[in-house]
Amino acid sequence: MGRKLLLEHIDKPDINTMEGYIRHGGYRSLEKALKTMTPDAVTEEVKKSGLRGRGGAGFPTGMKWSFLDKSTDKPRYLLCNADESEPGTFKDRLLMEKIPHLLIEGMIVSSYALGCRTSYIYIRGEYMFILRILEKAIAEAYAKGFLGNNILGTGYSLDLHVHPGAGAYICGEETALIESLEGKRGNPRIKPPFPAIAGLYNCPTIVNNVESIAAVVPIVNDGGEEYAKIGIGKSTGTKLISASGNINKPGVYEIEMGISVEEFIYSDEYCGGIPNGLDIKACVPGGSSVPILPKQLLFKQSDGSPRLMTYESLSEGGFATGSMLGSGGFIVFDEKACIVRNTWNFARFYHHESCGQCSPCREGTGWMERVLHNIEYGHGKMEDIDLLWDIQRKIEGNTICPLGDAAAWPVAAAIRHFRHEFEYHVKYPHRVFDADHVYQPEMKMQTV
Amino acid sequence: MPKVTIDDITIEVPAGTTILEAARQIGVNVPPAMCYYSKLKGSGGKCRVCLVKVTKGSDRDPRPMPKLVASCRTAVMDGMEVRNVTSPEVIEARRGVVEFLLVNHPLDCPICDQAGECHLQDLSYDHGLSKSRYEFERRTFERIDIGDKIQLHMNRCILCYRCTQVAEQLTPERVHGVLYRGEVSEISTFIEQAVDNEMSGNMIDVCPVGALTDKTFRFKSRVWFTKPMYAHRDCPTCSGKVTLWYQGAEVLRVTSRKDKWGESEGFICNTCRFDKKQTIDWTIEGPADVDRHSVISQNHYELPYELPVNQKKLSN
Ligand SMILES: Cc1cc2nc3c(=O)[nH]c(=O)nc-3n(C[C@H](O)[C@H](O)[C@H](O)COP(=O)(O)O)c2cc1C
Ligand code: SF4
Ligand code: SF4
Ligand code: FES
Repeated sequence: MGRKLLLEHIDKPDINTMEGYIRHGGYRSLEKALKTMTPDAVTEEVKKSGLRGRGGAGFPTGMKWSFLDKSTDKPRYLLCNADESEPGTFKDRLLMEKIPHLLIEGMIVSSYALGCRTSYIYIRGEYMFILRILEKAIAEAYAKGFLGNNILGTGYSLDLHVHPGAGAYICGEETALIESLEGKRGNPRIKPPFPAIAGLYNCPTIVNNVESIAAVVPIVNDGGEEYAKIGIGKSTGTKLISASGNINKPGVYEIEMGISVEEFIYSDEYCGGIPNGLDIKACVPGGSSVPILPKQLLFKQSDGSPRLMTYESLSEGGFATGSMLGSGGFIVFDEKACIVRNTWNFARFYHHESCGQCSPCREGTGWMERVLHNIEYGHGKMEDIDLLWDIQRKIEGNTICPLGDAAAWPVAAAIRHFRHEFEYHVKYPHRVFDADHVYQPEMKMQTV
Repeated sequence: MPKVTIDDITIEVPAGTTILEAARQIGVNVPPAMCYYSKLKGSGGKCRVCLVKVTKGSDRDPRPMPKLVASCRTAVMDGMEVRNVTSPEVIEARRGVVEFLLVNHPLDCPICDQAGECHLQDLSYDHGLSKSRYEFERRTFERIDIGDKIQLHMNRCILCYRCTQVAEQLTPERVHGVLYRGEVSEISTFIEQAVDNEMSGNMIDVCPVGALTDKTFRFKSRVWFTKPMYAHRDCPTCSGKVTLWYQGAEVLRVTSRKDKWGESEGFICNTCRFDKKQTIDWTIEGPADVDRHSVISQNHYELPYELPVNQKKLSN
């Protein structure tokens, strides 16, 4: 059994209440940080822990915090990104729903480290019921003196608000989130300036994912060095993985960084293997935005060593042979799954979610979706595959925010690794269609 | 002052100048701009046609930038080296962007009032493919009249956001402009309510395409059959410095004066634009500066009206 730092007490029935949470060791980091540590000492522990942002990009959290502009006397803000809308990712939801106080404790300690007087949790609008759970927990924290003026008599004051989004994936991008929080249209900003210099209301701002902020609690409790002992290389600590697709036990798992992909998929502690005695065909290891990996690249790195659940190992070899850990949305496809259909489904999502600000993403995502739809529904041409490749290439890297890249990568990877499936759709449209997107035997033989 | 080298030409510019502005100062190989407008705060960064490659970040940090950058929103650094037309990667990406801008464009230039002074048209001549690879139905919208003088033809809009910035920055009320998101975003009817404003007509001038057109000029003439003359009047609201577009002795439309980059030299009010269409309202200064290569410059030096016979003789 791997160590659990975040979900250890998730099965305790009263863990969602203040008393239950405290009984199981909650709010210790609050006292420790506010009473015995300086804000900079907290940041120092986070740096030592090697924690990397859990929202997708994996940027070292301690380093991000140290970029916060402390030279002005403007207010500073900490924003928790709870917009979790990436297809395949549902870990923040579990954490907030079951253990809301863990996030709140993390928010208070992190805000203290950053010197914020007001902080926000920006939550996706579809999580309205969780917003209520968080608000109740926040009210409990105010009643207990953990929030508000002069927390625990230390002289530190903090207000914490929850703000719902209105159903846009793009508002998970940090600068779009800031715009949305300011009451504007959720268009990503053009960077620089970065939020750490000019973010919410033009003030220095840090945006962190729910899981990143929750991880600050064990880091402060046990020390950054202790946290860094878990994991391998620059991937330290534990990570929540949202596992879904063709596996026996879908769900959210807290893993120690560094277990092998094979163990994660096949061991009974985690996914429990593929149902119906089928073989695995491919896997998207980090949420819909990251490249899909075919079976032959999934378990082994290009040097033949086992592929591990770490930032480095999953991205080994760049996009030619690797992918990304991303937000930890782990989607498994068995041998009967249709890669074209899945790629079309992802493309449909990005088409729907583009904010429409910049031309390549606004026009390119819709175009890719239509071409993929044609191929999937038996109206494709061979040239369409090259056309798709060309469109994605012209979106990638040329947009304001990474949503353009996120739309391009899955298409590129599907063509890179599963071109034969696209060709099969073009050649035998009726067969693909008749079999309800399940492949014929000769298809399987063609699979490299 | 930082020194920047663009396509092997070095120039010194004040700190904070963007790559695009520096290129404009050099004057050759200037990246095109569809959304950036130097007179509108916060404009730029959206259309991506001005992408350039930064091969050296600065003297202090010589690393190249990993991606192409929007030259209209990237400030120069001392020692920066930039490639625009000398980079095949940039040309390729720009072609891609132009294709994206055209996939949903109606290409109705033959019946569009903007033809002849349309930036998208120029851009497609320079960078576009001669045929479209897009095989699907293009998105369409109903045409709407935003007020009695301006028509919005959303089909042609490239969502550069300039008109919303005009509404925000030149008119006193806060008016916001874009509804919905992604491919179906559209300039919103909120603007319809803003047209009462004296400065609203400037939206027509900043629109790079034929999405916002002057209803008083609609279908009257192709722009290259009209003759632009600079003129001014004593206007209490604006600078009163305009271009009159003549056909024969008749003023077909009034616009602000455009600089070399197609930007308005000074915004004008709606009274000057829509209500002063008689030669006697104006003091004529002479023929407008029009780029020699523009279709508009044909017959440029002819006088806009017949001179009395005796004067004709004198001038011979
Ligand atoms: C289109 C898009 C959507 C995103 N959605 C989320 C999201 O739902 N949740 C999240 O935590 N980060 C999301 N991100 C990443 C954020 O921009 C940001 O990097 C992250 O919140 C930083 O937190 P971290 O350093 O703790 O990971 C998204 C990024 C993009 C480009
Ligand atoms: S890449 Fe897409 S989502 Fe991001 S700013 Fe551009 S249009 Fe909007
Ligand atoms: S109507 Fe014209 S100015 Fe306004 S966004 Fe569209 S193209 Fe730009
Ligand atoms: S002019 Fe620079 S992005 Fe449009």
